[in-house]
Amino acid sequence: MNLKVKLLTALVSCVLLSQAWADINIGVSLSLTGPGSGLGIPMQNQLKLFPKTIAGEKVNLIIMDDATDPGKGAANARRFVTDDKVDLILGSCVTTVAAAMTEVASGAETVQLAASPVGVPAGKDKWLFRLPQSNTVMGYAVVELMKKQNIKTLGFLGYSDAYGEQWLNEITPMLDKAGIKMVGVERFARTDTSATPQALKLNLANPDAILVVASGSGAAMPELALIERGYKGKIYQTHAAATQDLMRVGGKAVDGTFVVSGPAVIAEQLPDSHPSKKTAIAFVQGYEKVYGQGTRNQFAGHAYDAQITLEKVIPMALKKAKPGTPEFRNAIRLGLETMGHTVFSHGVMNWTAADHWGYTMETGVMLKVVDGQFKVE
Amino acid sequence: MDLSIASILILDGTTNGAIYGLLGLVIVLVFSVTRIIFIPEGEFVAYGALSLSMMQLGKVPGTIGLLLILATLAALMNGFESYQNTKSPGSGGLAFLKTLWPSLLVSALTCLLVPQHPPLWLQALLCVCIVTCFGPLVYRVAFQSLEDASSLVLLIVAVAVHFAMTGLGLLFFGAEGYHNPPFWADAFEWQSLRFSGQTLLIFALSFFLIVALWLFFEKTLRGKALRATAVNRTGVRLVGISSRQSGNLCFTLAAMICAISGLLIGPTTTIFYDSGFLIGLKGFVAAIIAGLYSYPGAMLSAIMVGIIESFGSFWASSFKEVIVFTLILPVLLWRSILGGSHEES
Repeated sequence: MNLKVKLLTALVSCVLLSQAWADINIGVSLSLTGPGSGLGIPMQNQLKLFPKTIAGEKVNLIIMDDATDPGKGAANARRFVTDDKVDLILGSCVTTVAAAMTEVASGAETVQLAASPVGVPAGKDKWLFRLPQSNTVMGYAVVELMKKQNIKTLGFLGYSDAYGEQWLNEITPMLDKAGIKMVGVERFARTDTSATPQALKLNLANPDAILVVASGSGAAMPELALIERGYKGKIYQTHAAATQDLMRVGGKAVDGTFVVSGPAVIAEQLPDSHPSKKTAIAFVQGYEKVYGQGTRNQFAGHAYDAQITLEKVIPMALKKAKPGTPEFRNAIRLGLETMGHTVFSHGVMNWTAADHWGYTMETGVMLKVVDGQFKVE
Repeated sequence: MDLSIASILILDGTTNGAIYGLLGLVIVLVFSVTRIIFIPEGEFVAYGALSLSMMQLGKVPGTIGLLLILATLAALMNGFESYQNTKSPGSGGLAFLKTLWPSLLVSALTCLLVPQHPPLWLQALLCVCIVTCFGPLVYRVAFQSLEDASSLVLLIVAVAVHFAMTGLGLLFFGAEGYHNPPFWADAFEWQSLRFSGQTLLIFALSFFLIVALWLFFEKTLRGKALRATAVNRTGVRLVGISSRQSGNLCFTLAAMICAISGLLIGPTTTIFYDSGFLIGLKGFVAAIIAGLYSYPGAMLSAIMVGIIESFGSFWASSFKEVIVFTLILPVLLWRSILGGSHEES
């Protein structure tokens, strides 16, 4: 009898202990160094404000730096699934790195919430969900405004990397449909000492508008080169340039630029009818209270949206399985696919089994730089 | 393509080429005196430009902290070595202070002056001083004890220094880039060409630095000592020239030229913490074309690299880096046919 009691106590305590150990582990791989650090560091800042528990369960964030290196990103992902046995992977913020992690995550049947628009074909992205708007969604907003402004010819001046290439590939069919002719495609790199030759060549083609595809403070240099060479048409920038850095580096010269953006960055200016207004303001206020006025950023917004997602999905998954098990990971995936319309700071997300991008075409917002500030166009 | 476009491209290429040329000179200088391929030169460029950006924001640049740490480290090394040689604490202390004081002085001046928003030229001067102080310290800490090692070991250490300095650059300056205000904001039109004051400044300063270097090497004893070290390291020791002092001096000069290049290029483009590497690499291509020994050769080939880069970006912007770096292949081939094989001689 005594032995039985002892055994029972041991068994019960085992169960209790294992439950206490079964925290929810989330592997986060971000580019905190290297060229992508301008995106990863704000995300890390936002994750520092992440809640300690969700639905009463302790949540551990294991944050690793991938140095904007796809190999390092894949190694991080491998570590997450083999050593840390994580329930979900978040990251990375750079497309090439996130794409390298996808293989590992789907092999281990673990959901990857990518903070970059990873272009894996539908069907192969069973375990991959993207937080940002696809370039197609953003490009749609750009092309719509171009149509309204009666633009007939367009020049392209973009990064000679995956970001520039994706934009070019995705916007070309939309331009064809809208009857806008691409008259020049030029490339440059973020660390180039000059974009004068490219600007000169585009200026010769003299298109109605030029689309600059670059990120953060790197977006100002080519635009300055265009203006210095006397380009008088309209200049468009993509959502990676929708930060204060554009104006900080570009100064007065970038006034009048059209920039596409997710709604989070211009929270206060959204019309009251915009579904994301309240969430976006909550994000901006929370972030800027800690990191200072004007520090808001597209990618910090994605980190905030990751938090919204998890707060909705984890309680759903906990009802079905225990953290740390394959069943729990599968429950998270099913949860993401069935959670329905969810208000993010960046728009209304609706992931389904067939669509792991989720945002509707109307998510992008066009801004115009007026006196060094973004104004909704 | 007509003449006006070609001349704009040539002007753009020559402007960048002048900067690459200065960096090419640095590579040749450092390599001939110490046999080190000076890979971290790009970081010195970025430190110079970004320290100025920080001062523009009214902040004491983070480079000061690193400077003090490095200076203390180098001073401890020098002091300890001197103590071991002489067994006298006095001379150890003296060597310690001798290494430490320039960095201390520069740091103190920076911390005092920067919050007062001094004029641009004073900030620029402070930046040059800060980065110049780095030169001998980096040499002391990373390279001096390896002065007899093979070129390959020195190259690997140089790569390590480059990575360390890039990482620290991210820490000090953050991931975003900065655009410095021009030192001379006027611009002059001449036919279809537009000369900005900054462009003229780049030409003038590059020319001045080349002349100054030439005078230094031809007319001063120290310069001649450097040249002698470049020719024969054992020989100079026999006649009483310290190869260590030569190394020190050459790194000081190198850091100073890099800092000036950084200040010159800062207003023409956006500089990131990691921008320096690619700029330095183009200087390296120029130095290679010049065979790593000829100063005028390095300058001329750098201007050629700049012009080719400019025309390459005009005709095929997606391939411009490919075009620039492929340049090195025929030159290497030509040189190896010409020179035969004399590895490690």
